[in-house]
Amino acid sequence: MTAQPTDIATYNFAYLDEQTKRMIRRAILKGIAIPGYQVPFASREMPMPYGWGTGGVQVTASIIGPDDVLKVIDQGADDTTNAVSIRAFFKKVANVAVTTETAKATIIQTRHRIPEHPLTAGQVLVYQVPIPEPLRFLEPRETETRKMHALEEYGLMHVKLYEDIARHGRIATTYAYPVKIEGRYVMDPSPTPKFDNPKMHRSPALQLFGAGREKRIYALPPFTDVVSLDFEDHPFEVQTFDQPCALCAAENVYLDEVILDDHGGHMFVCSDTDHCEKRREQGHRGHLAPETPPALEKTEPTQ
Amino acid sequence: MSDEPLLRVSALSKFYGSRIGCESVSFDLWPGEVLAVVGESGSGKTTLLNCLSTRLLPSSGTASYRMRDGQFRELYRMSEAERRFLMRTDWGFVHQNPADGLRMTVSAGANVGERLMAVGDRHYGKIRATAVDWLSRVEIDDDRIDDEPRAFSGGMRQRLQIARNLVTGPRLVFMDEPTGGLDVSVQARLLDLLRGLVTDLGLAAIVVTHDLAVARLLSQRMMVMKDGRVVESGLTDRVLDDPRAPYTQLLVSSILQV
Repeated sequence: MTAQPTDIATYNFAYLDEQTKRMIRRAILKGIAIPGYQVPFASREMPMPYGWGTGGVQVTASIIGPDDVLKVIDQGADDTTNAVSIRAFFKKVANVAVTTETAKATIIQTRHRIPEHPLTAGQVLVYQVPIPEPLRFLEPRETETRKMHALEEYGLMHVKLYEDIARHGRIATTYAYPVKIEGRYVMDPSPTPKFDNPKMHRSPALQLFGAGREKRIYALPPFTDVVSLDFEDHPFEVQTFDQPCALCAAENVYLDEVILDDHGGHMFVCSDTDHCEKRREQGHRGHLAPETPPALEKTEPTQ
Repeated sequence: MSDEPLLRVSALSKFYGSRIGCESVSFDLWPGEVLAVVGESGSGKTTLLNCLSTRLLPSSGTASYRMRDGQFRELYRMSEAERRFLMRTDWGFVHQNPADGLRMTVSAGANVGERLMAVGDRHYGKIRATAVDWLSRVEIDDDRIDDEPRAFSGGMRQRLQIARNLVTGPRLVFMDEPTGGLDVSVQARLLDLLRGLVTDLGLAAIVVTHDLAVARLLSQRMMVMKDGRVVESGLTDRVLDDPRAPYTQLLVSSILQV
């Protein structure tokens, strides 16, 4: 590839060398061919610690081209350290355009959220995955979990859900909620809230999952069936919020709790910052939006 | 009893390098029959049991099992998927140490329910009702259903392990020293319970034990092993009351009299 005319010209395009990218692309292609299957790959050392998205970064580096537009989110937000750093990293080593707008991005690297704005065909969503094995906490032996996947022995996954109901009266797993892909492999959707599981189902976008420390890549091609596991008498359901976003008044979106002071003051706001900003630009106002007209405050009784 | 055996074992041998694990063991096991395998430590009892339960592949010999459809299938020619399916539906395996056979970090109810969920049961209420039923059958109180086996005594753990194995209605259960490590009064109750369950459910069982009293209580037939070979076999009462092989005579005369 062409060297960059900058002071870091010693780096190859998108940081990784071409042989490594080819190896990772082969793993991605295999993952796409077998949806939900964890493909081992030779994960490289990246200039960041494990747990900060080394898997996602390697996947992004292998698929990104000079014409791509990259968006990076961390828990839905474009403006937190991890998101800002990874975005700056690719801007520097691949010289690509970056954006915070979901609709304009061609590649979205995400840590634990799926954007609220519906994804479209042609977009690629890259997940950073800490622990790719959904059976890991129930069965510590890798040899055994591989066998269980091979033989489709997934009874154990329901043991976990059974335990949830026995202890809490309902399925208390709220993130990393196990899903079954195309009726075959059980997959960990990475620690996204289960609120996002339905968005994975038959998504028109390509979804790629990279786990750097665990050295696994898996994938969901567009329009793949993704079914969340459940019991007949305890069906899968997503979280609901009893109030809309405090800033943009959005409903049916995933909200974060933000602490306001030391006296128990808090508010719920969109976890997807891009979505929240877009709505405020369109004139939606929540009850704690900063531009609240002062007239509203004067309507309070003064006694 | 049916007119065909449940398990046919022919010339089964297992070698560990040049050492003998067990050598040319042959027998038939009939439905509802309890066979005890006795012998001293290192006589090949556990090797034999592991080979029969397909946890270990033998060096030579065959074992065929009569499936529910009446067809005999050769165990060592089945695919691993079929063998594992058999092990969690039609078979049970009771380990000497309950920690090997239980999931110690999930509740008693989930331990019993795991096999049901593994064969596709997806109704929480029904799974739980079955678990409650089985816990009461092995004399564990209902209110312990959400406790982890870690909080159970040795005897309770062993009873829980038995419930976990029997919940899918197996036809053949392998037991490796089921009463080992339990004190005598707990042993007595466990044996009583096992005897009741085996009779009620018409289970066939292969029980490995070094305790002749356990063999006497549980089994109808027994095999005595020494150095990997079967030295004597026959009806339990006959073997214990009228031992013929010199080793069996030694074994029977070694029982401590209280």
